[in-house]
Amino acid sequence: MPDSTSDSTSDSMPHSTSDSTSDRLRVRKTYKLYIAGAFPRSESGRSYPVRSATGELLAHAAQASRKDLRDAVLAARKAFASWSSTTAYNRGQVLYRVAEMLDGRRDQFVGEVSDAEGVSTKAAATQVDHAIDRWVYYAGWADKYAQVAGGTNPVAGPYFNFSLPEPTGVVGVLAPQDSSLLGLVSVLAPVVTTGNTAVVVTSEDRPLPAASLAEVLATSDLPGGVVNLLTGVTAELSPWLAGHRDVNAIDLTGVPNADRKALQIAAADNVKRVYAPGPVDWSADPGTSRLSAFVETKTVWHPIGV
Amino acid sequence: MEHAALHDITRDDSSLRRFLHGLPGVDQVGAEGRAAGLATRSIKTTAKAWAIDMAIRMVDLTTLEGADTPGKVRSLCAKAARPDPSDATVPAVAAVCVYPDLVETAVHALRGTPVGVASVATAFPSGRASLETKLHDVRDAVGAGATEIDMVIDRGAFLAGRYLQVFDEIVATKAACGDAHLKVILETGELATLDNVRRASWLALLAGGDFIKTSTGKVTPAATPPVALVMLEAVRDFAAATIGYGATATIGPGAAATIGPGRDLAGEIRGVKLAGGIRTSKEAVRYLVMVNEVAGDAWLDPRRFRFGASSLLNDLLLQRHKLATGNYDGPDYVTVD
Repeated sequence: MPDSTSDSTSDSMPHSTSDSTSDRLRVRKTYKLYIAGAFPRSESGRSYPVRSATGELLAHAAQASRKDLRDAVLAARKAFASWSSTTAYNRGQVLYRVAEMLDGRRDQFVGEVSDAEGVSTKAAATQVDHAIDRWVYYAGWADKYAQVAGGTNPVAGPYFNFSLPEPTGVVGVLAPQDSSLLGLVSVLAPVVTTGNTAVVVTSEDRPLPAASLAEVLATSDLPGGVVNLLTGVTAELSPWLAGHRDVNAIDLTGVPNADRKALQIAAADNVKRVYAPGPVDWSADPGTSRLSAFVETKTVWHPIGV
Repeated sequence: MEHAALHDITRDDSSLRRFLHGLPGVDQVGAEGRAAGLATRSIKTTAKAWAIDMAIRMVDLTTLEGADTPGKVRSLCAKAARPDPSDATVPAVAAVCVYPDLVETAVHALRGTPVGVASVATAFPSGRASLETKLHDVRDAVGAGATEIDMVIDRGAFLAGRYLQVFDEIVATKAACGDAHLKVILETGELATLDNVRRASWLALLAGGDFIKTSTGKVTPAATPPVALVMLEAVRDFAAATIGYGATATIGPGAAATIGPGRDLAGEIRGVKLAGGIRTSKEAVRYLVMVNEVAGDAWLDPRRFRFGASSLLNDLLLQRHKLATGNYDGPDYVTVD
């Protein structure tokens, strides 16, 4: 098969060629999508060149089409029933496992982040460490968030009245464009922590750390379909995600302000929850705002004393 | 069946066997290849919209569960008459298919609509009962107002080679149906080979079945593309074989050359119903392509081709909405059953 990445000159790869002294031919990696726990190429057969911050060709990434997005939403919907009913403690354990796996491949991610964002190895390492810590942070929240966001309510009547947060459903995430790993983890982890399933469109120009994160997720006990990662052109995919009637919420973090209004209008068709934050400092303490963005509060009036 | 040539075939067990075993064998690899080739046709935009509406009109909306209740049948009937309450341009389905005891409920619920009421009968799904019991079952359903009867053949008798017994049962059932249309379920998943599918198809057509139907839906595999191909060939060839029958008429697939897609049809046109396992619009549209290419466009008609299905209708509605609005739809907007 004629490989679309064949025009990349392997010697120019800054970090990916660790064994440059050997005569061995480099095994080039094909970056693919992550849908329903599998790694398919795009249904459209398309790929697009990904360049480093300095303009060198790093690889070709799969360019997802609207049909890939449709498949991803189907997978996320299918995975929702079991993931949302998994106990919060168990979800936390699975997310912690993701952090373990990520930590095990720290060096690879440092190289990829450094290439993608044009930062020094040291700065990239700091970002990767932050990303790992952020998984741990959200993993810890999994079985504690309901205590904070829910509780009993005092009511003037013979009722035991309590509220609890429940996951919204399938959440479409347009990941940040600048921060290829830390930003992605910061928007993805809170979505799945509370029991949602996610369809993520990764950073358009810096998709490779996300494609590698998919391999981490696939080896972390996270059921297939809970997270689906699509690399491709954000502006091409976002209208389909916003208009999809089986998506319950959408995170517009990775969309420039000018493009947000049209997506919000499209999202209104099925009354999606829309989360459109301002600029974010990814290294700052994330708080719980992203956890509470994608939950529905259920309040129960339970008769007592009758 | 008034044709003299066909009379000769069904005169006794040995002549029937000679005819059925004289049918050309089916090239299984070829049939699978042809079916797979037809499945690659790309049907888009206006053609897709036409195909989806046609497929909706061809659906026999089916519920054949032990847990069926009158309430469930009534809601199914409402859906059959008006598949999408928010969109009056969606056509009604062809029929509702229920067990005999629920025919009366369905007839009552569908009064004043163009939707037919089909009922399975003859000891569905196994067909293991005495002929008298089976006929009683049929008369019950017809008496309650069923306009279409889906009978099962006795697969045990067929596989044991007692073709005349199967033939006689179909003839007797047809007589008990009166004005109701008879669909003969071959249960192809139990017939083992495509040769047997071809023989059973011809047997059912010779005996007077208005439709030949793949499956009960209770056996896997149910409707598959190669099986559909063979059955569509059978109805096409049967129509050709019954053109201007007489002393020179050739009975059998050899006569197929006399008709083809788009030609005028003079012979007896029988229908095909695919049932079981068809859940997506994509599969349904592929089958419509096959109907057009194998049998001919005369069969692109709910009177001659049906889908027995329950969840297929929901997917057709979702795809129809996608085409109409441009947005992907979700299962929150169609009924659960």
